[in-house]
Amino acid sequence: MPKLVNLTINHTRVTVPEGTLIVDAAKEAGINIPVFCYHPKMEPVGMCRMCLVDVARPVIDRATGQPVLEADGAPKLSFGPKLETACTTPVSEGMLVVEDSPKVTAARKDILEFLLTSHPLDCPICDKGGECPLQNLTLGYGPTESRFDFADKLHHAKRVPLGELIFLDRERCIQCGRCVRFQEKIAGDPVIGFYQRGRKLEIQTQTQPGFDSIFSGNTSDICPVGALTTADFRFGARPWEMEAHPSICAQCAVGCNIVFNTKREARSEGGMAIKRVMPRQNEAVNEIWLCDKGRFGYHYLQSGERLTRPMIRQNGELVPVSWETATDTIVERLKTGRSGLTVLAGGRLANEDLFNLKRLADAEHGKTLFYTHMGGGDLTGQVGLAPGSNLATLGKGDAVLVVASDLHEEAPIWWLRLKQAAARGASLVVLNPRATRLDDFAAISQRYHYGRVMDALAALFAGEAGQVLSQAANLVIFFGSEGLGVDGSQAVAQACANLLIRTGHTGRPNNGLVGVWSEPNAQGAWELGYRPAKNLTAELAEAHVTLVAGADPAGDDPALAETLQQSEFLVVADLFMTETAKRANVVLPALPYSEREGSFTSGERRVQRFTAALPPREKAHTEAMIAARVAARLGLKIEESLPVVFEKLAAETPAFTGLSFDRLAETHPQKPLLSREDLYYSGTAYENTAGLGCTLALTGSPAEAEPVTPELPAPVENALLAVPITRLYDRSSTLVHSSSILGQRMIGAEVWLNPQDAAERGLSAGAEIEIHLKSANWPVKVVINADVPAGAALLPRSVGIPAFELAALEI
Amino acid sequence: MLPLLRGLLTTLKSMAEKPTTVSYPEQKRPVSARFRGRHVLNRYENGLEKCIGCALCAAACPADAIFVEAAENTDEKRFSPGERYASTYEINMLRCIFCGFCEDACPTEAIVLEDNYELSFTDRKQAIYTKEMLLNPVPAQGKPTPQQVEPGVFTRSVPEMKDPTD
Repeated sequence: MPKLVNLTINHTRVTVPEGTLIVDAAKEAGINIPVFCYHPKMEPVGMCRMCLVDVARPVIDRATGQPVLEADGAPKLSFGPKLETACTTPVSEGMLVVEDSPKVTAARKDILEFLLTSHPLDCPICDKGGECPLQNLTLGYGPTESRFDFADKLHHAKRVPLGELIFLDRERCIQCGRCVRFQEKIAGDPVIGFYQRGRKLEIQTQTQPGFDSIFSGNTSDICPVGALTTADFRFGARPWEMEAHPSICAQCAVGCNIVFNTKREARSEGGMAIKRVMPRQNEAVNEIWLCDKGRFGYHYLQSGERLTRPMIRQNGELVPVSWETATDTIVERLKTGRSGLTVLAGGRLANEDLFNLKRLADAEHGKTLFYTHMGGGDLTGQVGLAPGSNLATLGKGDAVLVVASDLHEEAPIWWLRLKQAAARGASLVVLNPRATRLDDFAAISQRYHYGRVMDALAALFAGEAGQVLSQAANLVIFFGSEGLGVDGSQAVAQACANLLIRTGHTGRPNNGLVGVWSEPNAQGAWELGYRPAKNLTAELAEAHVTLVAGADPAGDDPALAETLQQSEFLVVADLFMTETAKRANVVLPALPYSEREGSFTSGERRVQRFTAALPPREKAHTEAMIAARVAARLGLKIEESLPVVFEKLAAETPAFTGLSFDRLAETHPQKPLLSREDLYYSGTAYENTAGLGCTLALTGSPAEAEPVTPELPAPVENALLAVPITRLYDRSSTLVHSSSILGQRMIGAEVWLNPQDAAERGLSAGAEIEIHLKSANWPVKVVINADVPAGAALLPRSVGIPAFELAALEI
Repeated sequence: MLPLLRGLLTTLKSMAEKPTTVSYPEQKRPVSARFRGRHVLNRYENGLEKCIGCALCAAACPADAIFVEAAENTDEKRFSPGERYASTYEINMLRCIFCGFCEDACPTEAIVLEDNYELSFTDRKQAIYTKEMLLNPVPAQGKPTPQQVEPGVFTRSVPEMKDPTD
């Protein structure tokens, strides 16, 4: 417990921990000291001088070391000769801070007048206008009239693209350096910096392509003026015109809390549309940050290519029909067919959908299969993070192990938080076949050959790293699927779970196993009893009625496409006409998460609720409702209403015991304080009023088990080893029909080769070649990367090349 | 008898007077200087639109009658000075209460409530006035929008405003 310090701010007595800055102490007392450059997530620099206050300290008698007392017995206070910056001055005992005196008011007025001498005052056309700290503070503390003629101001060409995502307006910049500091200290990508000095100072990007960072969107949030704005939202709406709908980002398993800002739009004929995605504060998940994929990758949700009507196959063609006809067709088939419904679900579905589909399958003597490329979710349910976990509390004495995952690409916000944990003193151990961005902060970083992960893990546990891990106060293990299939990652998870059990790092907060899934609700699917098939092709070939929801097996694997083509009766519920949907007997339009409510379970096992941002598009239903409608026709009772479904789910699933939508919507005050009334303080992230979510209880009794190591492919002469990897800007089912804004960064069919391997085969970067994999040829583009181990050919997932585990690949 | 004659006298007097009514619509009365009739969107003399699509009129509107959407100007397709122009501008005349707040809020004096009071509709859709209906005709020496202009000339979206005189 840190020492507490008493001080007075204006006339309010405050008690705060030692080391607190005056500006934060004032915030505790409900007094807002205006700031520009200070941000509670970053080290103070005192650059803008907006927070000047008058500070008096008790006079100490040098001879006795005791405070000098006034005649009335109160300690004698002495004001400093000048005003001090509240953002860099820590509090001290007996201090008196005056922030409402005429002296302070005059200082603020002067600072604002100075800042405005080179500001264009084009608020009417500025994207920040309406949520701009400079605008607010000028109104609150600034001069009413400018003594500076516009012609005398500094003039630059209006907007300069820093990258394709962020625009810079140099006239508006007040040189607070929040963006530069964020990129350097928090995002770890020092790709922008100051150039020149004084009035000529401007922000420049130092990379090609410009502003090459996956966290660039955050700079537009924390910019206290309209200098940095996003290309995506440019002139999209005025901030006050938009409605805010709390939601959860569905681009990866982190589960960042977001807000969808919506407004009516002419293009949608007056209908509501999502205008931008903003972060929502959740200190246990994403703090106030978002990655660019989450911020700019939402366009698929309102794509014109989305399915709008149910369709059934008649004479070989899919024809639009009513929901009644489509449901009848399915029900008829279920009634007449030799009973059996096989549900193949992806991790994109909400908990409620998965639960209802499972109940339908159970009632129909069916099976529920989980469509995934990665195993180990049963173990994360037993030895995962316990309630009360927060990666932000990991520090000295704690350890984190990351195995077979490039977190910077797969789960950027986890990467960010582990970087911070390492900075606080946590020991970071990384075990990956190639160098990743996490290595820079790792205490121990080891490599292994693809396919030798189990040996590498055993060696790691036996060595120095094993000591660090087993003796850590808290241990979190992240496991991924780099170069691993379902069985491979299951074995890795088992080996990691064994270590956690053996060293007693289970069942406590901040201890446990975390899967780096690609989908938002993969953990939820595991928790609800969905398991990947041992042999998916065989299962699908045997199935009488197959329902595929939130997954595109045919698009991922031609072998599965062949099987699905032959399937007896295939029902597909999806957002788009996927390869699987093209082969279906019945296609049902599903609702994306932006148009419905529900809940996702993040990789950290936090169940979080999302709400509908837009009214549902005509003729689309949730998967939960589809299951309920079909069940109703079969004479079964399955609930449609999502809150009721969740209650039922909570009652029947041990891990979810006691949870309800109301529980998920509970909030408590978070530090640092952040509220919309004074958005100059920490940017335009939204305050969390819609719920922080609840971490699932751990179920089952964890026991060590021998990991089953999958066999390696037989070595083939002259062949490379095909290695599946996960990239950030992939083309998974969600981003398929994505925004043009991320277009440049999206990956295509490509193969990553070591420079030496490429040279031996006479290949140059960008060459278009064909690779031979699984007895078929695939056209790909060559990417040469020195981090790729020799003999390996890295293939990103989700581009349609069926690389699911290690395999021989010929060029 | 006397009251009757007095009444008839009044009638006879008024027959000789000039009539106070006008035969609208053939004849129209001039409106007062500060009359608030239907809105128009003004242009500069070169034909560029004054409206920059800032939506402050929509924010000021107490009846939520105005809908604005903005887009970005380029020198090849320039609608207004500066970076931003109104790509959609609609006023629902059934909602409008002609208070003139939009006029007060406008930073470029683009929207002005003019003299036209002849608003009648047979259909709710007709009550929605689009940007094309609201825009003033192109002045004689100006060009219609979008214009192709020299780069770097129209960089400032908000002109220097003088104190409004009326």
